[in-house]
Amino acid sequence: MSFISQVLNGLGLGSIYALVALGYSMVYGIVQLINFAHGDIIMVGGYMVYLVLVVLGLPLWVAVLVSILVCAAVGILMEKLAYHRLLTKGSPRISLLITAIGVSIFLQNAFMLMFNSDPKSVPTLITRETLDLAGQSISITTLINIAVSVVMMVLLYLLVNRTKVGKAMQATSEDAGAAKLMGINTNRIITLTFAVGSALAAVGALLYCNAYPQISPTMGNLFGLKAFVAAVLGGIGSIPGAMIGGYLLGVAEILTKAYISSDFTDAVVFGILIVVLMVKPAGIMGKYRKEKV
Amino acid sequence: MGVDKTQNRKKKTALVYGVNFLLTALLFLLFTVLISSGSLSRLQSNLVILVCINVLMAVSLNLVTGVLGQLVLGHAGFMLVGAYTAALFTKSSGLPLEVALPIGLLLAGLVAAVFSVVIGIPALRLRGDYLAIITLGFGEIIRVVANNLDFIGGAQGLSGIPSPDKLTLFLYSSVLVILAVFLMFTFGRSRHGRAVISIREDEIAAESSGVNTTYYKLMAFVLAAFLAGIAGGLYAHHVGMVDPSKYDFNRSVEFLIMVVLGGMGSITGSIISATVLTILPQMLTDFDRYRMLIYSIILIVVMLFRPTGLLGRYEISVTGLAGKLRDRIKGRSRKKEEV
Repeated sequence: MSFISQVLNGLGLGSIYALVALGYSMVYGIVQLINFAHGDIIMVGGYMVYLVLVVLGLPLWVAVLVSILVCAAVGILMEKLAYHRLLTKGSPRISLLITAIGVSIFLQNAFMLMFNSDPKSVPTLITRETLDLAGQSISITTLINIAVSVVMMVLLYLLVNRTKVGKAMQATSEDAGAAKLMGINTNRIITLTFAVGSALAAVGALLYCNAYPQISPTMGNLFGLKAFVAAVLGGIGSIPGAMIGGYLLGVAEILTKAYISSDFTDAVVFGILIVVLMVKPAGIMGKYRKEKV
Repeated sequence: MGVDKTQNRKKKTALVYGVNFLLTALLFLLFTVLISSGSLSRLQSNLVILVCINVLMAVSLNLVTGVLGQLVLGHAGFMLVGAYTAALFTKSSGLPLEVALPIGLLLAGLVAAVFSVVIGIPALRLRGDYLAIITLGFGEIIRVVANNLDFIGGAQGLSGIPSPDKLTLFLYSSVLVILAVFLMFTFGRSRHGRAVISIREDEIAAESSGVNTTYYKLMAFVLAAFLAGIAGGLYAHHVGMVDPSKYDFNRSVEFLIMVVLGGMGSITGSIISATVLTILPQMLTDFDRYRMLIYSIILIVVMLFRPTGLLGRYEISVTGLAGKLRDRIKGRSRKKEEV
């Protein structure tokens, strides 16, 4: 395969990272919490696709709808049951992080008990054929991934910048206390952020199932970690940053796989995280925020 | 009056140290006799050694998570590094085991410490939760890399590690645990320990009071990794092989549960919960399937309702308990007199 088609493949994979990274970034922007359980939302989405298509045998659009709705619901439940009490009480950050880890392990093990731990194969959602374009072979999946991620990004941009709810989100992330005084129901905004982030992860899960035929209860672990690296690379808290970080990470991973060794792709991703933290901890699009004492 | 008070306090400290030393020595002698005389079965003495190793892991993790207040999600990764280092050294150095084991354990700690410096510097320079994510990545990736390196056995792991007899192994692990616990207690009360605690309480305030936050954060983290490396070396010699899949994320979470449940910042709490959580699963093998699920629910519930863990920062002390008991008896007899 030529260099250009490798890069395109990377962008295809990066689109999925980008969609998941958006969720990390939005939640972090609003409550300063690294939501470790966000990666497992992809797993939930993947299993919903499996449940609807394979177990129940229903058409694709039902699977899309169910996985998005269920993921958003899981996101809301997660916030209400596990984080809400800690967020309103102003608990130390480490308690929130430990809770997030707890939620992540809970989701993984709950699905392991429900569907057992062996990987399940998912049927082709749309197509896995390749296209011949100007002498380059490009898989249709790649094009779909890129298109869907760009559409989602535009929709999210419109939601955040053009609607009243989006304004409220921005205000809450800038200064939750002041936002409350201006009459914004910050609790509702936080819940909504979790729901939107999880719905985006569900779209990521659909793209994942379309590109890779296997799902397992622990698939969210490493994938979520990489998406988080993408969010940090782009600048955590920034929406365009998460997209750029996702694409860059996807390309870096595919190029490593193609030209160095497929065994060390994870190590390369991890190396990128270390370099970013050393050189530009605020990420590509991030801004340094002064801390108020 | 003032001189009297300080003398009194000095006497009290000496008493506390004396009592604790005596109790530790008694416990140590008891288990040594039990194991050497063969009163404990092979399974039971294995369990005693495993408890020692897990206590070492929990106490060292407590230093970072409880005392420093930073989350570490790859403690098993340091254990894996230590396990490989010690095992490779004793296997290939050609020295007799009595000489090679202590050197191997020391090397295990040092190599784990080097790894912790490399990943600790970028993460700890910054304020925020980067240590959690970077250690999570480290724990996952060190395992993947170990799986793909042929000279350490690849996915099959490293086997044929010379294993000393159970008594020697017990002596090593128990002495190391005692040293580590002593180190933790004294560290917490030293100037360095207080600096680390001040970072937990308020990083900005600590920094503006002249505490070099990066240095002290790194110090606590490296010390914890050093102890985890030693624990890994002990574990490798205890089991006789290194299987990278045994040092996964779930293992790291198990150590985290020990710290959280016992109380973040409480050393005695970590010791107790590490002991209980090592012995309990051995007795309830049927519930192995649900173990991680139950652990995760415990984590969430403890954080929601008692965020500092069951013991909090409280330390159980024998002399303190004895004192309370004495006061209560005295109080009761006084009441009787009044009646």
